[in-house]
Amino acid sequence: MTEALRIEGLHKSFGRLEVLRGIDLTVAEHEVVCLIGSSGSGKSTLLRCINLLEPIDAGRIIVEGEEITARRVNVDRVRRRIGIVFQAFNLFPHMTVLGNVTLGPRKVLKRPRAEADEAALALLERFGLADKRHEYPDRLSGGQQQRVAIVRALAMQPELLLLDEVTSALDPELVAEVLDVIRELAAGGMTMVIATHEMGFARDIASRVGFLDAGRLLEIAPPAEMFSAPREPRTRQFLDRVISAGRLQA
Amino acid sequence: MTTPTQSPSPDLLNPSVRPPRGLGLGGSGGRATAIAILSSVAFVVIAGLLVVNSPGWPRVQRSFFDPEVFAASWPRIVASFWTNIRLFVIAEVLILVWALVIAVLRSLPGPVFFPVRVFATIYVDLFRALPGVLVIFLLGFGIPGLQLPGVPNDPFFWAVVALTLIYSAYVSEVYRSGIESIHPSQVAAARSLGLSQFQSLRHVVLPQAVRRVVPPLLNDFIGLQKDTVLVSFVGVVEIFRQSQIRVAGSFNFTPYIATALVFLAVTIPLARVVDWLVARERNRGLAPVRPSRSTGRIGDPA
Repeated sequence: MTEALRIEGLHKSFGRLEVLRGIDLTVAEHEVVCLIGSSGSGKSTLLRCINLLEPIDAGRIIVEGEEITARRVNVDRVRRRIGIVFQAFNLFPHMTVLGNVTLGPRKVLKRPRAEADEAALALLERFGLADKRHEYPDRLSGGQQQRVAIVRALAMQPELLLLDEVTSALDPELVAEVLDVIRELAAGGMTMVIATHEMGFARDIASRVGFLDAGRLLEIAPPAEMFSAPREPRTRQFLDRVISAGRLQA
Repeated sequence: MTTPTQSPSPDLLNPSVRPPRGLGLGGSGGRATAIAILSSVAFVVIAGLLVVNSPGWPRVQRSFFDPEVFAASWPRIVASFWTNIRLFVIAEVLILVWALVIAVLRSLPGPVFFPVRVFATIYVDLFRALPGVLVIFLLGFGIPGLQLPGVPNDPFFWAVVALTLIYSAYVSEVYRSGIESIHPSQVAAARSLGLSQFQSLRHVVLPQAVRRVVPPLLNDFIGLQKDTVLVSFVGVVEIFRQSQIRVAGSFNFTPYIATALVFLAVTIPLARVVDWLVARERNRGLAPVRPSRSTGRIGDPA
C-alpha cells in the first residue's frame, strides 16, 4: 500500500487557542478517510493545514513522499496537487461555471483555452453539469454550486482531495446529489480526506473513520468498528448524541 | 412603495429584487406621476415668482442675464471647455491606473511589504490633507520655477499631474474599499487551486472589487470634471478662466451663467449614466458575493 499522506505531530493554534494538539494520521492511496467530531474539534483546521491554507506551529505533513511543511517549499506547487472543496462553495461569482473550472488549468497549468475548455466540459458532462457551463454561480442551486466546486478542484487533477463539510450549507434535499458525486469519486479510486457530519454517508463510503475531539485524533478505525464498537468513551458519547439527534440509524 | 390599496407585490418579498432607486416617485400608476409633476411645477413657479419680485431683481437680471453678453461670450466659452475635456480625459485615465497601483500596494499583506504600505498610506494621507488648489499652485508654479533641464514647464502638463496626484488619493481609497469587501474565502479558493498571490489578485479579487466600486468611482469623476476649473489658477485658459476674461471685458456676470449652463449640460447627463450603469450592474446579478456565515477567517466557518 502506497502512502498518499502522512501527518506527524501536527500542532496548530489561533492565538492562545490550541486547535490541533498533536495529530498523527496516515492515509494510503485510494483510501477515503472521514473525520467526524463536534464543531470546533479541529476537522476544518486540519484540512486547511494539509492544503497549507493555515501555517502550522509544529509537526510535519508529507504528501506522496514530499514534506510539504519543509522550508522553501513552493506552496503554489503543493496546492496544485491537493484539491480542497469548502463548505460555502467559494465559487468565483464573476465567472461562469466554465470560467470557474478552467481558471486553475489555464493560469496555473498554462493549458491553452481550447484544451482547458474541452477537459472542463468532459468533467462537467460526467457530473451532469454540462448544460450549466455558461451560467453564473448565483443562477445555480446550492447542490449544483457545490458540484461545480468539486469539478473545479478535480480539473487540477489533484492527487489528494480534501472535502470540508461540503454538505453542511445545503438544503437537505440537495445533499444527496453532492454525496453521489463523492461516492463516484471514491469508486474511481480518488484519495480523499472528508470532514463530515453525515454519519450514514461516512459509514457507507469511508475506508476508515477518525474521531476528532478537542484537537486530538482520539480514535481511528474502519466504519463498522467505529460505529458499532467504539473504544473510547468520548467517541461513544458523541455517537450516542448523534444517534439521538436522528443523524444516524443505530 | 405601493399605494395602500395594492397588496405588496411578490417581488418585494424576494430579497434579490430590490425596489427601484430612481427618483423615488414610488407607485406604478399615472396618479403618482401626475401629483409629482403638479407639485414640481407649483414649486418652480412659486420660487420663480419670489426671485422675480425681489427688490434687487432688475439689477441682477441686467448683470447676470444679459442676452447680448451671453450671445457674444457663448462661442468662446464653449470652445474653452474643450481644454477642460482634455484635462479631464487625460487625468481620468492616469488616475484609474495610478490609484489602482496605490490601492494594491496598500493591500499587500505580510511584513516584507511594510515599507510599501507605509509609502502608500503617507501618499494617500498627504494628498487628501492638502487643499487641491494648493497642490495645483505648488506644482504649476514651483516645479517650472526650478528650471530643471528636460522638465516641462507647460502649465497644462502640471495641471494634469496635480489633478492626477490629488484624485488618485481618493480613488485609491475607493478601490481599496472594494478590495477589502471581497471575502477572504475567495482568496482561499483561488490559492487552493495553486494561483499565486498576484494571480489571485489579478483574476479573482480585482475583477470583483472594481465592479463593486464603479458607482463611487464615477461619482469621483463627476467631482473631477468640476475641479478642472481649479487649474485656471496656474494660467491654463480653460472655461472658467475664459469666462473671467469675458466678465472683465463686458463688466457683466452673464459669462458665469453661460459657464454654469455648460457644466449642467455635461454633468447631469453623466450622473444619469452612472445611475443607469448601477441599475444594469444590479440586474445582471453579479454584484454581491454571498458572505459565508460566520468567521472572518480565510475560508469557511469551522
